[in-house]
Amino acid sequence: MLSVKHLIDTTSLTADDITQILDTAKSFDPIVNGRSIKKVPALRGRTIVNLFLEPSTRTLKSFELAEKRLSADSISMGGATSSVVKGESLADTIQTIDAMKVDMFVVRARLAGTPQKITENTDAVVINGGDGKHQHPTQAMLDLYTIREHFGHLDGLKVAIVGDLAHSRVCGSLAPALKTMGAEVTLVAPPTFQVGDPSWYGCEQTNHLDDVIEDMDVVYMLRVQLERMEGAAIPSRREYNRLYGLSLEREARMKDNAIICHPGPMNRGMEIDAEVADCARSRILNQVNAGVLTRMAEMYLLLGGEE
Amino acid sequence: MAYLIKGAHVVDPQVGLDDVRDVLVREKQIVEVSECIEAPEDAEIIDGSGKYLVPGLVDMHVHFRDPGFEYKETIATGSRAAAHGGFTDVATMPNTDPVTDDGAEIRYQIDRARKAGLVHVRPMGALTRGEKGESLAEIGDMVMEGASAFSDDGHGVQSAGMMKTCMAYVSQFDRVVCAHCEVESLSGNGVINSGRAATRLGMFGWPPLAEELEIWRDIELSRSTGCALHICHISTAKGLELVKAAKAEGLPVTCEVTPHHLFLNDEDITDTYNTNLKMNPPLRKASDMEAMVQGILDGSIDCVVTDHAPHAKHEKDCEWEIAFFGTIGLETSLPLMLTNLVLPGKMSWNRLVEVMAINPRRLLRCNPVKLEAGSQADLTLIDPKREIDVTESYFQGKSKNSAFLGAHLTGAACDVLMAGKHTLIDGVVA
Amino acid sequence: MEQAVLKAQIMDALAMDRAITRIAHEIIEHNEGARSIALVGIQRRGVPIAERLAAKIEAIEGVKPKIGKLDISFYRDDYARHINPVTYATEVLFPIDGVDVVLVDDVLYTGRTVRSALDALVDLGRAKTVQLAVMVDRGHRELPIRADYVGKNVPSSHDEDVRVSIKPIDDVDGVEIWGIEKNAGGSE
Repeated sequence: MLSVKHLIDTTSLTADDITQILDTAKSFDPIVNGRSIKKVPALRGRTIVNLFLEPSTRTLKSFELAEKRLSADSISMGGATSSVVKGESLADTIQTIDAMKVDMFVVRARLAGTPQKITENTDAVVINGGDGKHQHPTQAMLDLYTIREHFGHLDGLKVAIVGDLAHSRVCGSLAPALKTMGAEVTLVAPPTFQVGDPSWYGCEQTNHLDDVIEDMDVVYMLRVQLERMEGAAIPSRREYNRLYGLSLEREARMKDNAIICHPGPMNRGMEIDAEVADCARSRILNQVNAGVLTRMAEMYLLLGGEE
Repeated sequence: MAYLIKGAHVVDPQVGLDDVRDVLVREKQIVEVSECIEAPEDAEIIDGSGKYLVPGLVDMHVHFRDPGFEYKETIATGSRAAAHGGFTDVATMPNTDPVTDDGAEIRYQIDRARKAGLVHVRPMGALTRGEKGESLAEIGDMVMEGASAFSDDGHGVQSAGMMKTCMAYVSQFDRVVCAHCEVESLSGNGVINSGRAATRLGMFGWPPLAEELEIWRDIELSRSTGCALHICHISTAKGLELVKAAKAEGLPVTCEVTPHHLFLNDEDITDTYNTNLKMNPPLRKASDMEAMVQGILDGSIDCVVTDHAPHAKHEKDCEWEIAFFGTIGLETSLPLMLTNLVLPGKMSWNRLVEVMAINPRRLLRCNPVKLEAGSQADLTLIDPKREIDVTESYFQGKSKNSAFLGAHLTGAACDVLMAGKHTLIDGVVA
Repeated sequence: MEQAVLKAQIMDALAMDRAITRIAHEIIEHNEGARSIALVGIQRRGVPIAERLAAKIEAIEGVKPKIGKLDISFYRDDYARHINPVTYATEVLFPIDGVDVVLVDDVLYTGRTVRSALDALVDLGRAKTVQLAVMVDRGHRELPIRADYVGKNVPSSHDEDVRVSIKPIDDVDGVEIWGIEKNAGGSE
């Protein structure tokens, strides 16, 4: 059992919680990756609503597959605004769905704090599938799983998170989770993309990828939201690639056993060069695979044993 | 009608009074203040023993939402909240719909307030037409209809040139310009103070610099135009330093602070995303909050205002980023000052009267109210022992969006006389 | 105050070893050799018992049967009420299609674990036959399930606990019955 009822925020997870999620995910590995019937009846009869208030394909499909492989009944609802029905408040939306008797909400939202708000309007379990610039805890768990699979452990690893940290829920959840598991995190970004208050993360900060790349066990490249370039935080795609992009030249300077991660979708040629994305160090497709395993584990652990 | 307030501790630094007195009020005026007054036959007696009698409290920064947003508050419901909080006067901000930018709008508010009959409403007029920051509002027309001051509150006037024009124009009248200071290209989409809480909760920050830069600009414009400048809801230590420096130079610059910036900071904003703590300017760092307390004690901040900002339930019961800015304040302002500053002995009763009655009345260019014969009978009687649980049902105003819901406070107004009319009777609005 | 107390030791290490030897012979006899069989232990204590059985069979027949491990956590029917804090791996690294699978567990009681194991096994493939070997059958079945090979039948009541110990999970080999006793002298 996890120490939390909902999965909203990695800062509320203990090292034991995280280890339990990763271990449980590992036990789904032979089921998903090793046999023809990739399904267990663990969540048979449970109802899960994927409430995606912000468009997302990868995360939604990953959750849907995880739900099917656990035999849960799930439906997915979407909408670009804060409510599914325009003009309806979030509370009304949730109470309406809740009245249909569901066991779990998986929520993706444009606005920070939406999953927390949902917990106030339902007894169902809530999993945060990414809220605004706040948190994306299921992404963090799949990242930790991928990294642990490669190194066998997380403590003592040096991880650089590179890119648009200021707008990144991935960084907001991954950095604290890595710290909880004893890894060292360095935040690499142009000043205009650095986090507001790095003291909260307790991480090293630098503007220079070249200064740190040789020391890192994991180089985690964030997607640059191209629309954010409009605010003039960076001058151009070309300049960003030159200063912060993971090129073959930079890749060659990485430690022998170091790996590269990216939450996807990638801008090839911007934050990561095409050849690097496909190189032997790249764990990007492993991350996608781990996404299903870890999401299965999170749903299994949060929905089980509660009656 | 006559009232005799017997045995109250009367505090009024304007007349050097800080002692037990009887006060006799007849019609709209104070007719006698002395150690012992024989009760006239027609006078109703109000027992003041153990209580403090002060000049009627003034809140020079409230939003009554009338006209335009009557579902949040009206002049009538806002007046009830004001009386309940112990106020005799409020200054209403012009960001109504339509914006209060001509004399007719000023007249409308004054008429409505007279009809409600609970508090003197002193409307402020907009500086620019529609608060758009583009062209001058009919400031002279509004002065003639009774506007108390001028402000584009809710926004800063973004163009320095436009602000200079506004201040230069206002300088011909005996009125203060009240500046909401916010450089919007810096505050941007900010919904919370820049810093730890913004980073932790994943939201755009509203940096102190956006406020401080415009405070600096407007002080320089005051120097250049000679117009009296009052900084609205100051929230940062650095901004206060700028005001202090201006005062030290002798510039006509004053400022105000809200109870929420005195008693809350961004560490109070937790993972529950309590939207009643979302305001503009946002709750700042703990060190800023401490500087605000220091400023109100040492005289560098001139008055306490609430920025009473009523919003309907659905406008707050939503995600933080789309929740409306603001907290109501009229009914908790005095209890918070008493609980946190006066009763623990950090602030004197004299200072309380300065920041909640004398100074705002002066800034609104109203006649002074003094505890002496001949003065208008705008009086607040305060019971320092009254206990208050701040729950939704405590509030008399229309909206319940208080940042202080759940607090337990000690000390509140029990009786108010507004122009000789008993508007608050033992804690109950007349 | 309730307290678990040891009521009786049913089997010691020697008795268990004899039972495993006998079951090995029975499996060989029943399946006419060991070539077609695979032993699949149910996590956790079914796993070492399956390993012991396999070693015995190899000693007798000269053929070592395939061994697998089966975790049934994700197939339990009481998942909503209780989840195992730790899940152990399922490792069946061979195709089970056409194989005679002997499921191995320590105690057969309500039959629900075996029911879950059968479901789990079906998701791995289509075995030719599925047989069941247990160290102890303590009765009280709630489902129509029976064991093909039994180390010892141990009549027990519901409020008793039949505990099988086996190395290397436990320090010793043996079977014990524990009971719950109301502690009369317990203080408030």
